[in-house]
Formats: sequence, structure tokens, C-alpha cells
Amino acid sequence: MRNYILKRLLISIPTILGISIVIFLIMHLIPGDTISALIGTNYQLTEAQAQSLRAYYGLDKSLPMQYINWLWNALQGNLGLSVRAGIPVLAEILNRFPLTFELTLVAMVIALIVGLPIGILSAVKRDSVLDLFGRLLALIGMSLPNFWMGTLIIFVLSVYLGVMPNSGDYVDFNVNPLANLQQIFWPAITLGFAFSAAVMRTTRSSLLEELNKEYAQTARAKGNIEMVVIFKHCLRNTLIPLITLVGFQMGYLFGGAVIIEEVFAMPGMGRLLLDAISQRDYALVQGTIVFIAIIFVLVNLLTDIAYAFVNPRIHYE
Amino acid sequence: MPSSIPASTTNDRSFRKTTLGRLLRNRSGTIGLVIIVVYLFIALTSSWIAPFSPIAQHPKDRLQAPGSTYLMGTDEFGRDILSRLMDGATNSLRVAIVSVAVSGILGTLAGIVSGFFGGWAENILMRLMDLIFAFPAILLALSISAALGPGDSNTILAISIVYMPIFARVARGAVLQIKEMEFIEASRSLGASRWRLIMQHVVPNSLTPTIVQVSLALSWAILTEASLSFLGLGTVPPAASWGLMLSDSRKLMELAPWLAIAPGVAIMGGILGFNLLGDGLRDVLDPRLRSGMKGGK
Repeated sequence: MRNYILKRLLISIPTILGISIVIFLIMHLIPGDTISALIGTNYQLTEAQAQSLRAYYGLDKSLPMQYINWLWNALQGNLGLSVRAGIPVLAEILNRFPLTFELTLVAMVIALIVGLPIGILSAVKRDSVLDLFGRLLALIGMSLPNFWMGTLIIFVLSVYLGVMPNSGDYVDFNVNPLANLQQIFWPAITLGFAFSAAVMRTTRSSLLEELNKEYAQTARAKGNIEMVVIFKHCLRNTLIPLITLVGFQMGYLFGGAVIIEEVFAMPGMGRLLLDAISQRDYALVQGTIVFIAIIFVLVNLLTDIAYAFVNPRIHYE
Repeated sequence: MPSSIPASTTNDRSFRKTTLGRLLRNRSGTIGLVIIVVYLFIALTSSWIAPFSPIAQHPKDRLQAPGSTYLMGTDEFGRDILSRLMDGATNSLRVAIVSVAVSGILGTLAGIVSGFFGGWAENILMRLMDLIFAFPAILLALSISAALGPGDSNTILAISIVYMPIFARVARGAVLQIKEMEFIEASRSLGASRWRLIMQHVVPNSLTPTIVQVSLALSWAILTEASLSFLGLGTVPPAASWGLMLSDSRKLMELAPWLAIAPGVAIMGGILGFNLLGDGLRDVLDPRLRSGMKGGK
């Protein structure tokens, strides 16, 4: 197992390097750099001042040199300076990441709390009114664009109920957990709804499959009541595809969080990245994207490890 | 979902046995197909059937609630919402169809080549695809669009790049499976050339999962196009786009809630239609993969 984890981590290194190179190239192939963006907007710089600024941020060197410099510093934990904000990229990322992470996590928990029971009920009471309702809910969940749902939620909350969940001033979890959770509740519902549909569909179809297998028949034949057959025997096997789904969709949720942050005006990673790209803040874009890619790789790895725990038949060599 | 398997009593050429015939007896497939046909019709004819020009401003009729002249009301410039929705269908479906065509053709080609030939071609192509896969899809599309700037062609590029690996994996998986089958062996032993093997046997037989994937990809493309437009990274105003209309509606929500309803319903209908069609196609074309096994990406 330990060897497997090590191997997986080693394999992911070229992937992350590849991503950083591709992003680096794309960002530099697009016309217009940070400094000219600065001169063009707020600041009146002479050409000489611009040159010295370029030299300060290392933008006057050749592309390969710039990349090697970046990589060398990144390996030491220094992702460079954000040109716009003037603070270290890593600090900026670590500042914004907790909110996005919390949003993703809460959304996932909500989705599991909603999707799992409905999925189980739907499978057990197959073709009943309940099942129809569950499947309809899943269908809506899969087709409802989350930014529309968020817009409607804000509309109902502010116009009919007179409460505004977020008006820009975001409270950190460490400062006031209750206020923080209140703020994150509706965005998390919005983000988690589509995922709960996926959870429900997966739970339903895989539990249906398990309930018809021979071991379930054997359990019934031994005189077990259906509850035991479902919860003690079948549900465990249903967890296997569900874990794949959760791991797979974690990245999807993380991406969706970007849009939700925009809808609810929350200062998360997504908005950081979008702003950085439009401002040509190379170091910030590069750092953020590599950071996300690393998180993504780690989540996938955790998924595979969780897999081995749930399913003892799987052995990683 | 007990999808009825056709009794093979009628002769082979009867309509009931064709893909379309079987699709029409699949409930979700039928509903999906109907929605898509309606959407396609509106998209193709929007410039003729729309009551007004989608960008014509009627300054006297700003923010009109839905009524007899403007069936779905007007926006803050007095533009007719219904006409803009219809034009939005044209734009949205064009972006979705072109990007799925590009990613589908290139991705499937990459998948077939790497599946059939293996070796270094497979290594390079699939590693490239892994690179794209190693990043949340919607975030990648967002990043590409933000870097390239708004506009339909950039949106198409972003969606194509992000979806390509999925087509590649689907095609490669199918080719790997078919390559080992006996009829390929038989054809090879009869002296068929590689080209003939690929074109005559491998490609036609490996396209089934790709067809299902096309429908699901279209639903994802519509959602992504709307998301990008919503964030201001897609269609450039004043052209109509559902996502953009929804985004504009936010600041006027208390005055004119109808602005936020119609485009949302339009987006949802499109996604729902292609999702249902994809589910139906999967049930019909490949009984081994039952619907509901996989969530969308």
C-alpha cells in the first residue's frame, strides 16, 4: 500500500510539471503583459521605469529562463509575488483557499445527506410514487444550472424574505463559526444540489443491482429481514461506485465553486484566479493553477486509497 | 427501468427495429428527442419566426412585464425577451454543436489511433489527454476563456479542448475491446489491410459509445457556454445569450423578475433534452450500460 501511494505520487509529478509548463506558455503567448497592463491603466510609467519593473519581476529574461527560475523558486515554496497586490502568491492562495475548500466540503456533505437516503428509498421502493419523485428530483438536479439556482435563491431570500445572505462582508470560520456557516449555507446548497442528484442516481442504480445478486438472495433465504439485507449486506457494496463518484466529482464541485463564488460574491479561490487571469498576473495565475492541480491529484489519490479500505478485494501492488 | 426489448418476430427492416424506432419506444429518449427537435427548429428559424429583432431597442417600452405585445416582456433597453431567447437558442446551439463536433472528431481520432496502433502514438496522445484531465473541467474552460478573452470562437475552443479527452478515452476503450474480437482476426487473416480493418470494421463498431457521448457532451457544452456567458467570458453583447441575459437580470431582479426566469428555463430545457436523449440512446444502443450508472462530468 505504501509503495502504491509513493508510486502514484511520483507519477503525478510529470503531470503537474506538464500543467505548469502549458499554463506558462499559454499565459506568455497571449499578447500584453502585466507591466503594459499597468502602464495602460492606473500608472504613468516611462519606458525606462517599465524596463526596470520588468527586470524586478524577472520578465526581461527569455521564456525558458523565466520558467526555470519560477520552478526553482516554487520548489522552495516561493511562488513569486502577485504583481497587482504586491504580496506573495502563496500567501494570497492560502488566504483564499479555505473558503473554497469549506464551500466544496459543505456542499458535498449536504449532497450526501440528501442524495443517499433518497437513493436508497428509491431503490427499495422501486417504481413507487416515492421512486418517481426521487428520479424527478435527480433529473431536475442534473439539468438545473447552479448559477440560475443561486440567482433564484438570492431573489427569493432578498425580495420575499428580506434577508441577504451575503453582502460582501465575509466572516471567517475562526472568527465566528455560526455566522460563517450561515453565510455558506445557501451557496453550499446551490453547489450541492446537482451533486446530490448524481449521488441519488448512483446509489439507486447500484443498490438495485446489489439487491438482485445471489448473496442478497442467500441473506434473505437465511431469514434475515429486508432491512438487514439492505443495510448490512448490500449498502456496503453500493459504497464502492459511490466513492468513485465522490472522488471524481470533488474536482467538479471545486470548479463549480468558482461560479457559485461569483453569484454569491464570496472571496474564494475562483475569483482570485479569474481576476488574476484578466489582469495578466502571471505569477498568481501560475501559482493558483498548479495549486489546484496538486489538490486535484491528491483528491484522486485519496479516492483510490479509500477504495482499498472499502473493498478488501482490491489490492494495489 | 424495464426498457422493452423488441420481439424479433417482424422482419429485420421494420421501423421498430431501427435505432430511431427503438428510441421512440424509450420514454426518456422520446421526451429528449422532442425537446431537442423543438430547440433545433427555433435555433434554425429564429431570424424568421422571432417577433422582433433581438437587438432592436424600444425605448418607450422598457422593462415591460409579459403581455400581449411582448409575450415575455422586455429588458432595460426595451428589447423583446422572446426574440432574444430565440436568438440565444441559435447562438447557444451553434457554439455547442461546433465545439462538440471539433472535440468529437479530434478526440475520437486520437482515441482510435492510440487504441489501434498503441506504442508511442498512444503514449503521447493519452499523456496529453491526461494533462487536460488533471484539472477540473469547468475551471479549465473558464481559465482558457479568461486568457483568450470573450467571444464565441474562444468559447468553442475552450469547450473543445476540455471535452476532447473524454471522446478520446471513450473511443480508445471501444477500439481496444473490438480489436481483440474474432471477426477482426478473421478479416486480418483474409488479408485485409490495416486501413480497411480500421475503416470497415473498427470504426463503425466502436462508434456506439461515442454517439451516446455526443448527446451528453452537447448538454455539457450548453451548460458551459451559459456559465461562461454568465461570467462575462462568452458571447459579447449586444448579441443575445442565455447566460448573459441571466447575468444582466440580477441587478433588476426586484423590478423585473421575469428577466431571470425565461433564460434559466431555456438553459435548463436544453440541458434536460440532451441528457434525456443521451440516457435514451444509451438504453437503446448499449443494453449493457443501463442509464443512471454514471453522473455527468
